[in-house]
Amino acid sequence: MSQEVALEGVTRRFGEFVAVRNVDLTIRAGEFFSFLGPSGCGKTTILRMISGFIEPTDGVVRIGGRDMRGIGPNKRPTALIFQNLALFPLMPVWQNVAFGLEVRGVGKAERRKRAEELLAIVELSASADKQVADLSGGQKQRVAIARALAVEPQVMLLDEPLSALDLKLRQHMRAELRRIQQRTGVTFIYITHDQGEALTMSDRVGVMSQGVLQQVGTPLEIYNDPATPFVASFVGEANVFAGTVAQTNGTMAHIETSSGTFKARVGRGARSGEAAMLFVRPEHMRLGDAASGTANHVTASFSHAEFEGNFVNVFCDGGLRKPMMAQTRSDPRLLGLAHGEALPMGFDAADAVILPQGDLARE
Amino acid sequence: MKYLLSRYGATLTGGMILATFVWLAGMVILPYLVMADFSLRPNLLPADLGSDKDHYTLDNYGTLFRNEIHFVVFLRTLWGSALATLLCLCVAYPVAYFLAMIATPAQAATMLLLLVIPFWINEILRTFAWFIILAYNGPLNGVLRLSGLISGPIRWLSGSWGVIAGMVYAYTVFMVFPVYNAILSLDRNQVEAARDLGAPLWRIHWRVVIPHAKPGITVGCILVFTAAAGSYIVPSILAAPGTRWFTEIIYQWFYEGQNWQQGSAYAFLLLVLCLAFVLGMMRLFRVGLSDIAR
Ligand SMILES: Nc1ncnc2c1ncn2[C@@H]1O[C@H](COP(=O)(O)OP(=O)(O)OP(=O)(O)O)[C@@H](O)[C@H]1O
Ligand SMILES: [Mg+2]
Repeated sequence: MSQEVALEGVTRRFGEFVAVRNVDLTIRAGEFFSFLGPSGCGKTTILRMISGFIEPTDGVVRIGGRDMRGIGPNKRPTALIFQNLALFPLMPVWQNVAFGLEVRGVGKAERRKRAEELLAIVELSASADKQVADLSGGQKQRVAIARALAVEPQVMLLDEPLSALDLKLRQHMRAELRRIQQRTGVTFIYITHDQGEALTMSDRVGVMSQGVLQQVGTPLEIYNDPATPFVASFVGEANVFAGTVAQTNGTMAHIETSSGTFKARVGRGARSGEAAMLFVRPEHMRLGDAASGTANHVTASFSHAEFEGNFVNVFCDGGLRKPMMAQTRSDPRLLGLAHGEALPMGFDAADAVILPQGDLARE
Repeated sequence: MKYLLSRYGATLTGGMILATFVWLAGMVILPYLVMADFSLRPNLLPADLGSDKDHYTLDNYGTLFRNEIHFVVFLRTLWGSALATLLCLCVAYPVAYFLAMIATPAQAATMLLLLVIPFWINEILRTFAWFIILAYNGPLNGVLRLSGLISGPIRWLSGSWGVIAGMVYAYTVFMVFPVYNAILSLDRNQVEAARDLGAPLWRIHWRVVIPHAKPGITVGCILVFTAAAGSYIVPSILAAPGTRWFTEIIYQWFYEGQNWQQGSAYAFLLLVLCLAFVLGMMRLFRVGLSDIAR
C-alpha cells in the first residue's frame, strides 16, 4: 500500500536560480513526512519533482526503488493534493472522487460504489450528489483527499492543503489527515510553512531554507536539538545571543557575548574562536529568585508581560536587538512588575545550545 | 435604475431611457416590422394595390418549399455554414488552448496580433487572395505539383469547397477569441490534477477543458454560423457556378427580381435558420443566456 521515496542529490535550477540544492533524503514507506520552511524555500518545487510535473536538473527521484526519470505524473504511483485543491467544479462530488477510476476504465456502477466507499472514509457520504460549489471549505478538502485516495496511490503529496482554512477547521483537519494516513497506511509527504502543523502531525520533519534541506528529524529532535541557527530560530521561539566561542570542553563550551560569558551545549560544527550563536527557548529562561540557581545569568529589566491563561510571556530588555522572552507559569507577582524594574534572568547550560553562525548571518 | 435616478435626476434619466427606446424602436424594431409587413404581402402591380388581391398571405414563405432549386440552395447554406463552423472549431480550439495555457505572454501577444492583422485588409481583397491561391493555375496547385504530391492540377474551386475554405479562413478568428477567453479562466491546476490522476491528453480535454470552455465554444459557433450563413462576399467570389449561397438568392429577389416582398420573406427565413441554430446550440450544450453573457 505504500512505498518509500528517495531523493538522491536532487537539484533543480530555474535559469541561474537554484530553487532546490542537492537534497539527499529517504522518506520511509508509510511515514508521515513534512517539509517545513518559509515561503519560496523550494517546498513546492520538491513536491512537483516527486509528482513528476518537473524533472530535477541533477539527481534522481526514486519511488519504491524505481528511477522516476522520464516518467510523467500520470504514470507515477503518487497523488497530489493541490494548494487550491483544484477540484473539478463542473462534476458532482462523486464524479470528482471517481475521476481517477474513470480514467482507468472502471465501469460506472463500480465507480459509483467505490466513490461512496471513499466518501465514507472522509465522512462525506451524504454529499455524493452535491455540486462542489455547494460544499464548505473543510468538505472540499475532504473531497480532494478522497479523489486522491481513489487512485490508490503509494505516495500522497499534499501542498499546504490546510492553508485556506480557518484556525478551528485547520486543527480539526490536522487530526483528520493523521487519522486517514494511519488508516490507509499510505506514505504522506506534507508541505507547510506552519511549524505547528509540521510538529503535531509528522513522524519526521525536514526543515528547508533557500533550497537547502537544513535538518531532518523527529519533531522532538528538531525542536530540542536544532542543527543550524536557521532551524533554531524558525522552529519555535528562541532568545539569541551572538558572540564568539571561547573554549570547548567536550560537549560543553563557553561563549563570549555582549551580555556576558555563557556556558552551554556545543551544537554541530561550533569550534572555538569562531563566530557563533547561543539559543535558549523561552520556557527555559528562569526569572527572579529561580535565576540565581542557574549557571548563566543575564541582567535585564522588565518590559512587559503577556498573560496567556495557564502561562505568561515575560519580555525583558537585556541590551539585545530584540527583547528577551521568558515563558513561565502564571505568577501574580510577575504581572505586578513595573516597567524598567530590574529582573534577574538565567538559564541552565544544558538548556542552551551554541551553533556556528553559518548562513543565518546572511539573512 | 435607482442608481441612475439618484445620480442624474428624473429628467435626465427619463431622457436617457426614452432615447434608448427611440433608438431601439427606430433602428432595430421598426425596420424589421416593415420587412415583416413586406414579406406577408403579395407582389402586385401598382394597379392591383388596394384591390381584393391585396391581403396578408404566407405565400412568399411557401415559395421556398415549392421552388426546388431555392430549397437546395437553402439546404446547402445550412450544411455549408455548419461545416464551416465545425472546421473553424477544429482549427480554433488548439490555437485557443495554446494561447491560453501554453504560450508565454510574449508569444500569446504576437500570435494574437498575427491573427488580427489580416483583418486590417478588406474582406473582398482577402477573399480574392484565396481565389488566386485556389485557382486552377494558382500557387497551391503549383506547389503541390512541384513537390510531386499530385500529377495534375486539382480544380479546388468546384462545388462549395472554395467557399468553405474561404469562410474557415475568414471566420476562424470569431471562434478563437471567445474560446480563448473561456479557456483563459480555467485554473491550470485542474489540468494538472487531471493529469496527476492519470488522465491522457484527450480525456483531460474532453472532461475538463471543453466543459469549461463550453460557453465560449457556443458563442464562437453562433458567431461563425451566423456570419457564414449571412455571408455574401465569400460565396460570390469563391463559389463555383451553380453552387449559389442563400444570400445571393435574397439579393436577386431584391435587386434583379425587384420583388421586395419575396426577398423579405427569404431574408426572414434565413433569420429563422440562424435563430434555430442559436437555440439549437444552446440546448445542445446546455448553456443559458447568462453563461454566454459571462
Ligand atoms: N517555474 C519557475 N520558474 C522560475 N522560478 C521558479 C519557478 N517555480 C518556482 N520558482 C522559484 O523557485 C523558488 C521556490 O519556489 P517554490 O514554489 O518551490 O516555493 P515554496 O517553498 O513552495 O513557497 P510557498 O510557501 O510560497 O509556496 C521561488 O523563489 C520561485 O520564485
Ligand atoms: Mg508552495
